[in-house]
Formats: sequence, structure tokens, C-alpha cells
Amino acid sequence: MEIKKELNGNKLKISLVGRLDAVSAGDLDKVIQNDLNGIDELTFDFAALDFVASAGLRVLLVAQKRMNKQGTMKILHVNEEVMDVLEMTGFSNFLDIVD
Amino acid sequence: MVSQNKKKIVIEATLDNLGKVNDFVEDFFKEKECSPKVRMQLEVVVEEIFTNIANYAYGDDVGQVTIEGSLEDDAAKFRLKFMDHGVPYNPLKQPEPDITTGVDERTVGGLGIFLVKKSVDDISYQHEDGQNILTIVKVI
Repeated sequence: MEIKKELNGNKLKISLVGRLDAVSAGDLDKVIQNDLNGIDELTFDFAALDFVASAGLRVLLVAQKRMNKQGTMKILHVNEEVMDVLEMTGFSNFLDIVD
Repeated sequence: MVSQNKKKIVIEATLDNLGKVNDFVEDFFKEKECSPKVRMQLEVVVEEIFTNIANYAYGDDVGQVTIEGSLEDDAAKFRLKFMDHGVPYNPLKQPEPDITTGVDERTVGGLGIFLVKKSVDDISYQHEDGQNILTIVKVI
């Protein structure tokens, strides 16, 4: 999975390309652990994300909990299949999913 | 006439082999049409079951997993069976996660198998001859 980062002052945008699964979730976890200091607005762009698995949901949960303490987090351009997973698991209830 | 198209692979249960398992399953659908939604659901099944085996079945060791797939009932159903001889474990006994919990109390334990259950039409577990056997059936 490719992780593209765009930093604008205190705003970080992360675009994911490919699959967020057990193989790639660790890489995203590292970004969440290391790159969120001082960020008050985190935006994920899922336009090129094909697939999310429970390992990926774990990292999104960690990110949301962190951003709840220091600012906001939102997710853009979620495709139908990924949205299904977010709804089935109740994640769509606390993630800010924007069209 | 019941047509069966049965294949199996035996591979090491490691995360780098996830792609091979997905390829193995995709192979069944080269000639049989399958909607994108069903394809995605099968990917969820493969991901969650295989990665659980890779991460937990053999502790710190590496072990093998045998995966058998077959199209049944004139290719209307797909059966996928995962067999490992790791730690005896029935994933169906896991309590279901509470999906209504707010973010602060939310955990991710049990989510993988929960997603699998939602993605298949039947799922069953046996422990036989020292093997964990997890079988799913999906209507195509």
C-alpha cells in the first residue's frame, strides 16, 4: 500500500493507495505514531483505497482516539465496498466520513 | 448433475503468502462470473481467516495451512476450507464485538471473524485429527 502525505502547517492529509490490511496496517500505524505531533486536522483520502480489513480498522480507531484529543479527523472519498465494512462494524458511527 | 471443481494448496501460514491465497481463490472465478461485491466479500474472508492463522495458530513458529476450494451445485456455491494443525482454537466461540460502543470504549477484538460471518452464507468449525478446520460456504 502506498501512503502519500501532504502537510500544510498543522494540517495533514494522508492518501492511501491499495489495500489497508494485515500486511500494510503496520506502516500506517507508524505514521499515526510518529507524524501526528502538533497536527490539529487529519484528513484521510480513500479515493484510491480498494480494501480495508480489521487490521486497518484497528489503526483507524487509534488515529481517531488520538485526534479526538488534539483536533479533528475526517475521511474523504470512501468507496462502496469500504463503506460496507465501516457500516457493518459500527465504525461509521464515530468516524467523520465526508463525500 | 452436481459439478465440482476442487483444488487445494498447502502453504506456509505467513503474511507474505496472503497474495497467493487471494490468487488461488480468484482462479475459481476465471471462467465463472462473480459480482465485484462477492469478490470483495471473498477477499475479506481470505484476509481475516488466513491472517489469523498466520498470526496466532503456531505461536512464534511457522506452520502450514491447507486450503481447499470447490465450486458446488453447478457453480452456484463456493466452499472454502482452511486446515491448520496449530493451537486448537474455535474462532466461532469468540463473543461478538459490541458495534454500538462509542469510540472511547471501542476495541477491535473479534472484528475479523465478525466480518467473515457477515460475508458468508455458512461457516463451521471442527477439530479433527489434531487440525483446526474452518469451512465457509458462499452463494455466488
